Amino acid sequence: MLAALAAVPILIAIAVRVTRAGDGGGGPAFLDRIENNGLFVVFVALTVCVPLFLPLTVGVVAGDTIAGEASNGTLRYLLIAPAGRIRLLVVKYIGAAAFCLAATLVVCIAGALIGFALFPSGSVTILSGDTVSLANALGRSLLVALYVTVSLLGLSAIGLFVSTLTDVPVGAMAATIILSVASEVLGQLPQLDWLHPWLFSNYWLGFGDFLRDPISWSNFGTNAALQAGYLIVFGALAYGRFAAKDILS
Amino acid sequence: MTAAELAIETRGLTKQFGTYAAVKDIDLSVPKGSVFGFLGPNGSGKTTTIRMLLGLASPTSGEARVLGESMPGANSRVLPRVGALVEGPGFYPYLSGADNLRRLDSADRYASSGTRRARVADALERVGLSAAAGKKVKAYSLGMKQRLGIANALLTPRELLILDEPTNGLDPQGTREVRNLVRSLASHGATIFVSSHLLAEIEQICTHAAVMSAGSLVAQGTLDELRKVGRPRVRVETPDIQLASGVLAKLGMTVQPAAVDDSATDVVAVFGEKPAEPDAIVAALVRAKVRVRGFALESPSLEDRFVSLTGEGFNVDH
Ligand SMILES: Nc1ncnc2c1ncn2[C@@H]1O[C@H](COP(=O)(O)OP(=O)(O)OP(=O)(O)O)[C@@H](O)[C@H]1O
Ligand SMILES: [Mg+2]
Repeated sequence: MLAALAAVPILIAIAVRVTRAGDGGGGPAFLDRIENNGLFVVFVALTVCVPLFLPLTVGVVAGDTIAGEASNGTLRYLLIAPAGRIRLLVVKYIGAAAFCLAATLVVCIAGALIGFALFPSGSVTILSGDTVSLANALGRSLLVALYVTVSLLGLSAIGLFVSTLTDVPVGAMAATIILSVASEVLGQLPQLDWLHPWLFSNYWLGFGDFLRDPISWSNFGTNAALQAGYLIVFGALAYGRFAAKDILS
Repeated sequence: MTAAELAIETRGLTKQFGTYAAVKDIDLSVPKGSVFGFLGPNGSGKTTTIRMLLGLASPTSGEARVLGESMPGANSRVLPRVGALVEGPGFYPYLSGADNLRRLDSADRYASSGTRRARVADALERVGLSAAAGKKVKAYSLGMKQRLGIANALLTPRELLILDEPTNGLDPQGTREVRNLVRSLASHGATIFVSSHLLAEIEQICTHAAVMSAGSLVAQGTLDELRKVGRPRVRVETPDIQLASGVLAKLGMTVQPAAVDDSATDVVAVFGEKPAEPDAIVAALVRAKVRVRGFALESPSLEDRFVSLTGEGFNVDH
């Protein structure tokens, strides 16, 4: 799965390199900037991955947490070890969160490597027009990666909860992915303006803030608070469901 | 028997699945240090009871006390002292046997990580899996997985072992090894609670047994107590079936009906209230000119008792 994620920036970089069609308009944001600096491969790749590929992989990992153990027959043995039900949930959530970070970093690192291999490096002209040193730009990339990771924490909590509802991992994975798509679809409907600030996917693409001077932290703060809210609600639901559940798998 | 001497004690333990009661109001008493056989036909509620004893499922009503504490409330205090195999082994197919054991052991907060390698190797050794320790579980045979499941129950010294059909899928050597293992664990003071429908096995290793039938506990006690309820019987091999049956009936014995037909070559009769001496029975038969070709006295077997308690039918009830 991580290899598939790494393939995204590589495909983008190669496609841009081969066609040199950067200025044709259209395409994902930042696409036209790749020719100026390879680091933009990272941001294009994230723009492509955040709405679809990353939620997909996070849905697979988070949906598998408990249901996967149940279908393996290992859940009962973990519980009589005894792992402790709360502890198991916490460890599983931390695992899913670590995956969010790893998945994001894979996209970033693969993007940076292929970008610098095929396109110019050196100082970077950011979105606000200022030019910053490469080290500064790499630092901003790390902030972007952090932003994307945090964005996925709410979805991970939802996946964990769904995973406690069933013994069929594929069902939990599909349900989590469907919820993420549903959230994005609702986010597209202007009639539901009032709902948008409450959708966990609402701030997913807000990481452009880190590519402007001065850096604005307001999206990051709102997003982090929103994700924390989802984590608390769905963490509590998962606990409520799992703590007293009969393990019959 | 006082509560302190019981490793497992249930009072009115009941589990409903919807409207269907899988376990109905059972009162188990498993003395400490016993090897306790938990018998019952398929679907009689053995595994469901074991799940409640291990805190995996909550009783619908009633109470389950394990090592003196109430489950599932005392899970974190009781479970480290209990090793278990529940409804077959469960492992990650893509990890090796040893890695699987290490992973489960590290899930146990109370198991020391310093001795983990040694304990895993020791447990694998005890079930004869040392040579296959590095093989992926995916590539294990049914019996090898079963052995690995037993090894998991032995990772740390346990006061109580709950083994659900431990010899399922094992070859004769494996079965014998499990019997020896159970005896050796019991001789070191552990209590062993083993569910099975293999009566011969229970008869060989258990000191106590309980019998489940359709969710209810229909008998429990020491093996001798369970056998005693049945009566000894005689088997007479003879061509004169009708004649012999008449003589045995006159001696106050109950002739088993299956024997009275033309093709049969022997008569089986169960002793009545006042058992006659075997030599007197033979004398009476000979006097009545029954051609006796063989005569055997059979003590009641656990199997008779089991069948009489749980019914002859082969089909799973309900
Ligand atoms: N999750 C469940 N939902 C509904 N009914 C169940 C469930 N698990 C078990 N049962 C029912 O409970 C009854 C007892 O099942 P259990 O697994 O305890 O039997 P068992 O004595 O262990 O049988 P076996 O010897 O085949 O292992 C069965 O009739 C079964 O259909
Ligand atoms: Mg069973």
